[in-house]
Amino acid sequence: MTARVGVVTFPGSLDDHDAARAVTLAGADAVSLWHGDANLHNVDAIVLPGGFSYGDYLRCGAIARFAPVMEKVIEAAHAGMPVLGICNGFQILCESHLLPGALTRNDHLHFICRDQKLKIENNSSAWTRDYELGQEIVVPLKNGEGGFVADDYTLDQLEAEGRVIARYLDLNPNGSRRDIAGITNVAGNVVGLMPHPEHAVEDLTGPTTDGLGFFTSVLTTLLAGQAVSV
Amino acid sequence: MSIDTVGNAKETPVAQQPFKELGLKPDEYARIKEILGRRPTSSELAMYSVMWSEHCSYKSSKVHLRQFGEKAPHSDALLVGIGENAGVVDIGHGWAVTFKVESHNHPSYVEPYQGAATGVGGIVRDIISMGARPVAVMDPLRFGDPLNPDTRRVLTGVVSGIGGYGNCLGLPNIGGEIVFDPSYQGNPLVNALCVGTMKHEDIHLAAASGVGNSVILYGARTGGDGIGGVSVLASETFDADGPAKRPSVQVGDPFMEKLLIECTLEVLHAGLVEGIQDLGGAGISCATSELASNGEGGMHVWLDRVLLRDHTLSPEEILMSESQERMCAVVLPNKVEEFMAVCKKWDVEAVVIGEVNASGRLTVDWHGEQIVDVPPRSVAHDGPVYDRPFARPVWLDARQSDTPTAERLARPTTASEIRDTLLRMVAAPNLAAKTWVTSQYDRYVRGNTVLAQPEDSGMIRVDEETGLGVAVSTDCNARFAALDPYRGAQLAFAESYRNVAVTGAVPLAVTNCLNFGSPEDPAVMWQFEQAVTGLADACLEMGTPVTGGNVSFYNQTGEVAIHPTPVVGVLGVIDDVARRTPMAWQEDGELIYLLGETTDELAGSEWAHEVHAHLGGLPPVLDLTKERTLAEILVAGSRDGMFSAAHDVSDGGVIQTLVEMAIRSNIGARLWVPEDLDPFVFMWSESATRAVVVVPRSEEMRFSAMCEARNFAATRIGVVDSQIGSEYGLSGQALRLENIYGSEVSVTISDLSQASEKTLPALFG
Amino acid sequence: MATVVVSVFLKPEILDPQGRAVLGALGRLGLSGVADVRQGKQFILTVDAEITAEKLAEINHIAETLLSNPVIEDFTVQVNQ
Repeated sequence: MTARVGVVTFPGSLDDHDAARAVTLAGADAVSLWHGDANLHNVDAIVLPGGFSYGDYLRCGAIARFAPVMEKVIEAAHAGMPVLGICNGFQILCESHLLPGALTRNDHLHFICRDQKLKIENNSSAWTRDYELGQEIVVPLKNGEGGFVADDYTLDQLEAEGRVIARYLDLNPNGSRRDIAGITNVAGNVVGLMPHPEHAVEDLTGPTTDGLGFFTSVLTTLLAGQAVSV
Repeated sequence: MSIDTVGNAKETPVAQQPFKELGLKPDEYARIKEILGRRPTSSELAMYSVMWSEHCSYKSSKVHLRQFGEKAPHSDALLVGIGENAGVVDIGHGWAVTFKVESHNHPSYVEPYQGAATGVGGIVRDIISMGARPVAVMDPLRFGDPLNPDTRRVLTGVVSGIGGYGNCLGLPNIGGEIVFDPSYQGNPLVNALCVGTMKHEDIHLAAASGVGNSVILYGARTGGDGIGGVSVLASETFDADGPAKRPSVQVGDPFMEKLLIECTLEVLHAGLVEGIQDLGGAGISCATSELASNGEGGMHVWLDRVLLRDHTLSPEEILMSESQERMCAVVLPNKVEEFMAVCKKWDVEAVVIGEVNASGRLTVDWHGEQIVDVPPRSVAHDGPVYDRPFARPVWLDARQSDTPTAERLARPTTASEIRDTLLRMVAAPNLAAKTWVTSQYDRYVRGNTVLAQPEDSGMIRVDEETGLGVAVSTDCNARFAALDPYRGAQLAFAESYRNVAVTGAVPLAVTNCLNFGSPEDPAVMWQFEQAVTGLADACLEMGTPVTGGNVSFYNQTGEVAIHPTPVVGVLGVIDDVARRTPMAWQEDGELIYLLGETTDELAGSEWAHEVHAHLGGLPPVLDLTKERTLAEILVAGSRDGMFSAAHDVSDGGVIQTLVEMAIRSNIGARLWVPEDLDPFVFMWSESATRAVVVVPRSEEMRFSAMCEARNFAATRIGVVDSQIGSEYGLSGQALRLENIYGSEVSVTISDLSQASEKTLPALFG
Repeated sequence: MATVVVSVFLKPEILDPQGRAVLGALGRLGLSGVADVRQGKQFILTVDAEITAEKLAEINHIAETLLSNPVIEDFTVQVNQ
């Protein structure tokens, strides 16, 4: 009996299949969730994948945030279900106010796709417990609107509470404040990450397999039945 | 507004019609009247004008393109040959692959972002209309002088457009080319390639068969995009002042296209579609006339049912509109409801606009009045065919005699001059790293990209269980074609063929994008005829059929045509992508071999272009039998694990190949010039049919035996050595070149890398 | 029929790289004396009936929850009856 991890498909989602592959490689069952279906089908965790939901129209993730399935996702997140938002998924989590701050246009105004070095700074969240604190990993990054911004008060709070889960190393690819690549909520069950761990799960197609840890971590969390803490 | 109906046309036979403004010649207009037995209605005139334009009808190229069919080698792998939207190749295990390259040149000069974006959109729709899921894109791009400010305008727009559209569709960009040459200044070339995969049973053709079937138009609403774009833009050259013609270009919506892809694949897999066609150049005119021609032969259309974005459009404009992201499907009447339900699920608008019949005519009504009644074949397939005069240009002899000998063009003759030349060449815009461009494209989406630029081919895993994959490359050295179009086209094919083989895949099929100047110029027409013949002959000899392609004429500004640029794309198959040969060497002690023979062939080389702005002489000789042997060695070596790395030799010669491998691996090497060769010639000659392979010591004997058995030249030219830098007092990894005019050249990989990476950001960042 | 124009701009403290790029371009094209450029969006809503206080409140709510992201954006609402 393994965990069921839902992967939501919005119109325009692109990395949903890749997220499902990563979930499967990690040893869980990937369950496809449709944006228009306000039903989580008994999943134990949820991934909001990367892509261009609704073409990034209005603002990235702004329209997806109101999809019927999101009502259930928000409810479940508040109740402690692990939710991982990757890239566009991170944008949707911020628009839904499940995470603070917002993602804005890359400061250099170009879309950038590169193999990005990250440092894991929090390994007690539901999605990062399989990493070592301070572990350096390489994961593909690809976005045009990846600049994480928040006011100084919020940023200070995130730092003080250890809620920055990953930071850019060597190069800040998009102008994110304080080089923040990913954050978690207070309860540690909701994580937003700009880079794409689902593209670093096979040596054949990725720069490393460093991304698999995000997906095995949630299994660890679920199978241990532990309450997550920050 | 009174509508010019068929009845009206019969009653007013001598009415003046603006056929010239629509791009039709007087004899073509007369021919239309002959076909119809009366003057055409204005709607019919609009249809013929777009469908008979050069871009849609291939009227100047058909007589020559026939060779691809006539000389097509038999291939067991070919499932759908030339003539359909795209060719389809069997790759085994029940899988098939379709691929094609197309041009969107003129619109990209006028509006670079949208021109390039809609170019990607168009080729992707061609692929889905074959029943395939698009899985990757590639872009052969050509621009003018890098220092000309207009080049920046065009290049940055084109790159943003390709990225903006392709990334949003979720298609990894796995390769392409960026070439600079003044000949493209007013005529950039934006060719877009797409690869799609499907199971054999999914193959669909564009035919409207089954009397009574419904014709459904679905996707984006129709607006005034690109009206007149096809016949006006692509069939006429620009005048020397610049983009004076500014008709409305097409504007793309990649999100709509993504929905269209998913919706189309779903209706195809659910068996709801009998025939399918995408709407590209000439929009509804094209889709309906082609579907009708290919099927039972008859179709009726209610044009007023078309969903409009702009309600002021006249019926002529609706027929000519090139609004993007639209497809046309032929559906059994009892499946229409299900079809519509799938469209609704994906939020894609759809409407029944017509019906298949056995009348042998394509008829169109506008609010109950008949405005079109034509034989569909006359529009779609039986357009005018020109056998335009062609003649070898008078200036060619002089150009071919101007060989870049050592006397003609000063060459480096000392180690120090060699070192300076090396650092200059690796930074030359045509050889420099293209990272600044390729990092604006998503290469990871779908998780099946095994190789992408700067590797020799783009390689995609098709079957996750077996590791079955395909590799694609696009190539063309237009300078070689300018020196000798027959051989230049063959060399383009050979390079692409080699690039596929060097990564371990077996070449199977060919597509092409033939970019030339005005067909009304006999010199250009001669270049075209020569290039097509060269390519057809080469494909026959190598057993790889041409499955389809594209012709773009009128790439010229005033009297000056671009270099003849026959871009050739080759697709190959690999049984297991895990066995592919990448370009970076791995370990100390690995032996670096040059396969093939090097002679003094600098004509049309990047060195002659970059250092001396010289173009003259004859392009490198090509022996296709040897090229085939080389490919066999590369594939066999890959399969049997004899190589840790391999990279083909082309622009910039052997030294460029070695530098690229060194930068990619970031491990140094000791290299030497073979005894019998002049160092400069060894480094920068562009002799064909060569590749650098890296062989682990344990494999050396087997490798040598294989080359000997095939009587193919293999010369050891180096050894991987991570200590060479520190041995010679350099910090970090380095290359040491020995036997350079009695001396040596040492250079760090970091210096080479920086020189290479700096160029494009400095020019366009 | 009336139109309501909702203008949305990034908050002043948020980096506006597009505005900055436009400012740079103005200089290159010879337009001097421009100190700053901010790039925003306008939504023009064509409303069936008259704009009552209730309708306006609804529009304000939509502007706050959908048309703008209050974390990083400010908005104004202007009615043209």
